[in-house]
Amino acid sequence: MTSQYTPETIARLYRSLYFIRHYEERVAAIYPSDKIKSPVHLSIGQEFISVGVCDVLRPDDAVSGTYRGHAAYLAKGGDPAAMMAEMFGKATGSAAGRGGSMHLVDTKANVLGASAVVGTTIPIAAGYALALKRQKTDRVVVAFFGDGASEEGCFYETLNFAALHKLPILFVCENNFYAIHEPQTKRWATDRFCERVATFGIDARKITSGDLFEVRDTAAELVDKLRRGEGPALIECHAYRWREHVGPNEDYDQGYRPRTEMEPWEARDEVPRIAALLPEAERAAIEAEAQAAIDAAVAFAEQSPFPAAEELYRHVFA
Amino acid sequence: MSSPNAATRQLRYVDALAEAVSQEMARDESVFVFGLDVDDHKAIQGSTRGLLERFGPERIFTTPLSEDAMTGVAIGAAMAGMRPIHVHIRMDFLLLCMNQLVNMAAKAHYMYGGAVKVPMVARSMIGKSWGQGAQHSQGLHSMFMHVPGLKVVAPSNAYDAKGCMIAAIRDDNPVIFMEHRLLYPTEAPVPEAPYTVEFGRARRMLEGGDITVVGVSNMAIECLRAAELLREVDVGVDLIDPITLVPLDIDTIVDSVARTRRLLVVDNSWINCGASAEIASQVSERLGGSGPLQIRRMGFAPTTCPTTPALEQHFYPNPSTIAEAAYAMARPNGSPWRPDPEHARLAYQAQFKGPF
Repeated sequence: MTSQYTPETIARLYRSLYFIRHYEERVAAIYPSDKIKSPVHLSIGQEFISVGVCDVLRPDDAVSGTYRGHAAYLAKGGDPAAMMAEMFGKATGSAAGRGGSMHLVDTKANVLGASAVVGTTIPIAAGYALALKRQKTDRVVVAFFGDGASEEGCFYETLNFAALHKLPILFVCENNFYAIHEPQTKRWATDRFCERVATFGIDARKITSGDLFEVRDTAAELVDKLRRGEGPALIECHAYRWREHVGPNEDYDQGYRPRTEMEPWEARDEVPRIAALLPEAERAAIEAEAQAAIDAAVAFAEQSPFPAAEELYRHVFA
Repeated sequence: MSSPNAATRQLRYVDALAEAVSQEMARDESVFVFGLDVDDHKAIQGSTRGLLERFGPERIFTTPLSEDAMTGVAIGAAMAGMRPIHVHIRMDFLLLCMNQLVNMAAKAHYMYGGAVKVPMVARSMIGKSWGQGAQHSQGLHSMFMHVPGLKVVAPSNAYDAKGCMIAAIRDDNPVIFMEHRLLYPTEAPVPEAPYTVEFGRARRMLEGGDITVVGVSNMAIECLRAAELLREVDVGVDLIDPITLVPLDIDTIVDSVARTRRLLVVDNSWINCGASAEIASQVSERLGGSGPLQIRRMGFAPTTCPTTPALEQHFYPNPSTIAEAAYAMARPNGSPWRPDPEHARLAYQAQFKGPF
């Protein structure tokens, strides 16, 4: 599948993938210092989904994410310095210190605000898509969410409405098999998720390979259909959350899941696999550039001021 | 009322609502209306009448019975620059929207550091009588007043209904627009040209020196009728309709109570933790210690609303009970007075004939 990809595309994908992985590794490294006063839900291990999907989007397309939304934000081109400053609680943060890690937003990059209440952003993304359709554009919206969100009533309400109105929205379910610590087997009557979605007349695809290129190819095909006005589509993408639900650490010693469950995912990790597709010098240059950008984001966050006390009362009303 | 001239038409509350929305839809392409039944032959008891014919099904359309997601759709569309009006035929159904209204609509502007706006209107109507009962009669405004980021509007007459609706549509924030079914047929002079009623400015409906009475939504009209009864015993009522509960014009109420030293708040809802509690406590915080102060609240009985008229008549404050309570406050040393039942009956609202 990779043979059809140009070196430029592979380099672009690696740039995004490496950057997100190492940005989050840096977040995890900083976290014990208590400089980040915000609960972090790391995407580590799941980044390939955001990277693959966002690579086929245009800057004027929109994405909506979740509290585990660092990858979607960065992959869509959200400002990494404003994001770090936001997690540090600084005035220069993406939400001016009012949102933290769980409420990232970047209107310039068309990253809709993320929510800490599971599933809430799904209908909002559909509303955004409704507006884009009414405005007679060919822009599209991608709604990222987890398997837990797919259990919320508003998810099915939104599928129905989006299909009824043929909205230009791609639903992307990052299925990592756990809602906090509860396995899917305790939550789902059957795992025929795509079949459930397909009954709404929605083109629903399932990706179990963990392959970034398969994600990108599938997204490219479906986004193309969205732009042609053929109505919503969905990708269910299997993945695995390598770290704890919230926080920087592994949690395999907690007894709710064995490390052996993660190991096949670690063994086929897309970061080294795609790195190996690049010439050594180019790979090294991409990595150095990414590390410099992460350094710059951290420095920006460190040097930025905290908001002044009177800021508390700003933005209650527009 | 802001002295409408004699040439102004009389318009019903329900028609004032429809006219306001129609004028705003004509003015601004981004305004659209959606909600179950907005485009059917009954047109939300007439309040969306004519919009489908004038603006077409792209701008006024029904929804699946998915209030939770549809509220999210309104929020998303608003974030993308549209101005949705989401219509609910009863306020009780807003409970299905609470997650989106409280967790997203109210908070988005703040939580995202001012980066997004949510200019949307959630219209809903409170029912009363003719068997509306437990789940078609609730006034839930205090729940929304509690949460920063939501505006809460409760016009009591046709003039304010039109002006508040236009202001709500033009507002860049989520507005909970609370209507009352029994107000729908009531008429008032309503200018034809678009106008706004400014949020956060209460209306002094009557001037009087003996007692300040605050009436919310339909209770403002019930208080007006109570004041007529009180006139028979020379009790002067300073009657205030807050019109908007968030923002609340507490200054106008405080100014009045500073003169009368007596406050009766009559809410179209329960008393406990309600708008009446908020108004009473703000007044006592402002005026407490400055002299004697008498405060009383009236509202729904602390029960679920029953359907049988035999019980329902005791559930709501009415002009007679309001007048009696106000008299007892204003004439503490006088002998107890109760309005003549026949006068009270005449003052009471025209009997509504169902079905809704």
